[in-house]
Amino acid sequence: MSKGKLGYFNPQKPQENRITDIGPCHYGQMLPPVIRRNYGKWASHRILEPGLLVHVSETGEKAFTVRAAAARIMSVEHIREICDIADKHCNGYVRFTTRNNIEFITDSEEKAKALKKELDSRKHVGGSFKFPTGGTGMGMTNIVHTQGWIHCHTPATDASGPVKAVADVLFDEFKNMRLPAKLRIALACCLNMCGAVHCSDIALLGYHRKPPAIDHEVLGKVCEIPLVVASCPLYAIKPITTEDGKKSVSVNIEKCMYCGNCYTMCLALPLSDGPGDGVAILAGGKVSNRLSPPKFSKVIVPILPNNTPRWPEVTDVVKKMVEIWAKEANKYERLGDWAERIGWERFFEKMGLPFTHHLVDDYRLAVDTFRTSTQFKFTEHAWAVSKAVGGI
Amino acid sequence: MSIPGQEKQWDKEEKEHRKYNDVRIFDDNQLNNYTEDELKNYKCKHDISQLEQLESGPWPSFVSDLKREAVHRHKVGQDNLMIPADIVDDLLGIVELSYKERETHWKHGGIVGVLGYGGGIVGRYNDQQAKFPNIAHFHTIRVAQPGAKFYTTDYLRAFSDIAEYRGSGLTNLHGSTGDMVILGSFSEQLEPLFFDLTHDLGVDLGGSGGNLRTPSDCIGKARCEFACYDTMALCYDLTMTYQDELHRPAFPYKFKFKFDGCPNCCIASIARADMSYIGTWKDDIRINQDAVQEYAAGKIPPDGGGFAGRDWGKFDIQAEVINLCPTQCMKWDGKKISINNAECNRCMHCIDVMPEALRVGKDQGLSILFGAKAPILEGAQMSCMTIPFMYANAPYTSIKGVVTKVFDWWTEEGKNRERVGETIQRVSLKKFCEVLGIPPMPQMVTAPRANPYVFFKEEEVPGGFARDIDDYRSRHPR
Repeated sequence: MSKGKLGYFNPQKPQENRITDIGPCHYGQMLPPVIRRNYGKWASHRILEPGLLVHVSETGEKAFTVRAAAARIMSVEHIREICDIADKHCNGYVRFTTRNNIEFITDSEEKAKALKKELDSRKHVGGSFKFPTGGTGMGMTNIVHTQGWIHCHTPATDASGPVKAVADVLFDEFKNMRLPAKLRIALACCLNMCGAVHCSDIALLGYHRKPPAIDHEVLGKVCEIPLVVASCPLYAIKPITTEDGKKSVSVNIEKCMYCGNCYTMCLALPLSDGPGDGVAILAGGKVSNRLSPPKFSKVIVPILPNNTPRWPEVTDVVKKMVEIWAKEANKYERLGDWAERIGWERFFEKMGLPFTHHLVDDYRLAVDTFRTSTQFKFTEHAWAVSKAVGGI
Repeated sequence: MSIPGQEKQWDKEEKEHRKYNDVRIFDDNQLNNYTEDELKNYKCKHDISQLEQLESGPWPSFVSDLKREAVHRHKVGQDNLMIPADIVDDLLGIVELSYKERETHWKHGGIVGVLGYGGGIVGRYNDQQAKFPNIAHFHTIRVAQPGAKFYTTDYLRAFSDIAEYRGSGLTNLHGSTGDMVILGSFSEQLEPLFFDLTHDLGVDLGGSGGNLRTPSDCIGKARCEFACYDTMALCYDLTMTYQDELHRPAFPYKFKFKFDGCPNCCIASIARADMSYIGTWKDDIRINQDAVQEYAAGKIPPDGGGFAGRDWGKFDIQAEVINLCPTQCMKWDGKKISINNAECNRCMHCIDVMPEALRVGKDQGLSILFGAKAPILEGAQMSCMTIPFMYANAPYTSIKGVVTKVFDWWTEEGKNRERVGETIQRVSLKKFCEVLGIPPMPQMVTAPRANPYVFFKEEEVPGGFARDIDDYRSRHPR
């Protein structure tokens, strides 16, 4: 590759030798030979042990895959170590999964087991595993997440930190396959949701709780006011002229739901607020069409504090939820399928979570979530209502 | 590489393939320049005590990894790096500050990019420049990933050198949408970095802003028996066809293609893609009755062995497959499974449970669904079943015909920052069907509408919409 400040680029002739619109590297050149030979001929697969899969081709050939976890933010030193392992065991081929796992593919079980052993033996000097194998079958796989405080401008929480904290707590579920169904956890550090957390078994969502601060000094100069006004989904923003004659906007605090769409349009309306920001927990979503259709995750805890560096309140709820689901759900029942079968009132009772006003929808199409039947189960939540009106 | 004739540039199975050594920046001494003791003794120049707490516990610690890169950069030295050698130290420092204050220190946006493109690079600056000058810029470069994220190590090592020389040495593998992400470059390094990527790696930038985002795909036919079409081939073909839409933002907002090979939806297209391509079949599930017997006898574990970590008792086909089938279209007489395929909705459960006995049908293609998005702004939406079946054979002329109609209409009709799912919701699915030139079908809805507020077309109503009050009054005096 080029060296020096400018490399191949000539600022005097910026168009010279410029290559554009070539797209990604063609995948065909990146496939291990066993994959090329059996492309489109796969017949079945098995999970031999957690983290080790075998795919069987119609030709009789087998591909053995070892799956290992990774942190999504990854140094090139770590990538080079992955390459060393792939060179040693897989003839220089490696792949990554949608959920940020690393997959090493070989053509023999013996090689795969040696590789797996080596992966599990490597540790950071800080003590954590570098490449723990697992993430297959009825267990937790890697937690997909966003950027957080490492380099995003809108987060209400960090991403890599809480993910590390949750994954540490659930590490045994990554290494084992003892849950009733797959467990997919995701984190988005604000509700822009760069990841698909809204359809996860458990979703952690950074959430702001205060309306934007308004930088009247610069707003009129750096933002297009009509665009800012139009950006608000709840019509809470109005154009104003400040007392000292500056063009700016006002925010109706009663209406604001802190979504941050205005901040995306205008940098003079920041939302971040240390004590105000926190993490909401959603549960029961999925993307697979297996048995029940895909479904959204539902808010079960409106806010928990950003207690760095380990987010104990968040990990406690997640751990408890997984334990209770694992104990009580039927085989094949995803967390949301289980919650729907027992009823959300029973879910909240079992989880020991308060059901507060935050959890009743009041946004678009809220009426779709109102229960319009007499089919319900009695829990303490129900007695509280009956008592409140003097019914019992 | 997509320059014609160079699609096999990195192919290790080809004799004249490009190797890491052909393009490397760092020599072996520079790459192996620190000891484990130096790593243990590394002290960040900023207090990072909270972050260091995240080095404990079994899960791979990003903090330990970042420290390793910090040590490596110091040893490589500023003379051999175009980006500050201390950039990772300052990054750790500013993240620690966020851990203390619980607020981000990254500023809002900043327009940076390379000549002729409107996307692919996201500008990032911090608001503590005096304290952390080495991360004064921390731009993100999105690099198009190869299909299903397969790599050769030659390619990844070359990528690593670029990301370290003209970036911070930190990456995301991968970004949420699927790109390889180089973190932490400076504005003046963007053009040289882009030239290195295109000239030496043979790869282009990904999407950002109001354009087609980098399409992504599941592993498909490369290593999955469930894949009903070649996800990688279709993803690559459409990515190349729409390079202009990907690099030069001309859309109201982002637009995502995602390619799932089957209804298990491993790439989550139904939740994330404006246009979700999901594999399906229209003939019969293939049954190997001998293998069914083996499952019944407990010789093959259900779900490929995915339940092995707990004793769930003896596998029971009747209870676990037949009775759970959402359409109740299966029968088991103790010897054979039979399926009323016309009633099957292809949920995949029986195939997932018994992949060695049941296989997806042979007459394969894909469904197209539209409109998924995260909550901003009208609330989260999942993609809506719109086209039940299309064959997916190159050159994909019919599929591209659909894409063109959607792009043309949405570019015209969509409002600023309105995803296509929101445009469909605002303008109506009925109108969207007209745009696509398709009739409505019951498969598009969970149920017909319950309210009767139907908009009729004028030609559907005898005499049209024009009214004559005199004529009315001739029959109904005031």
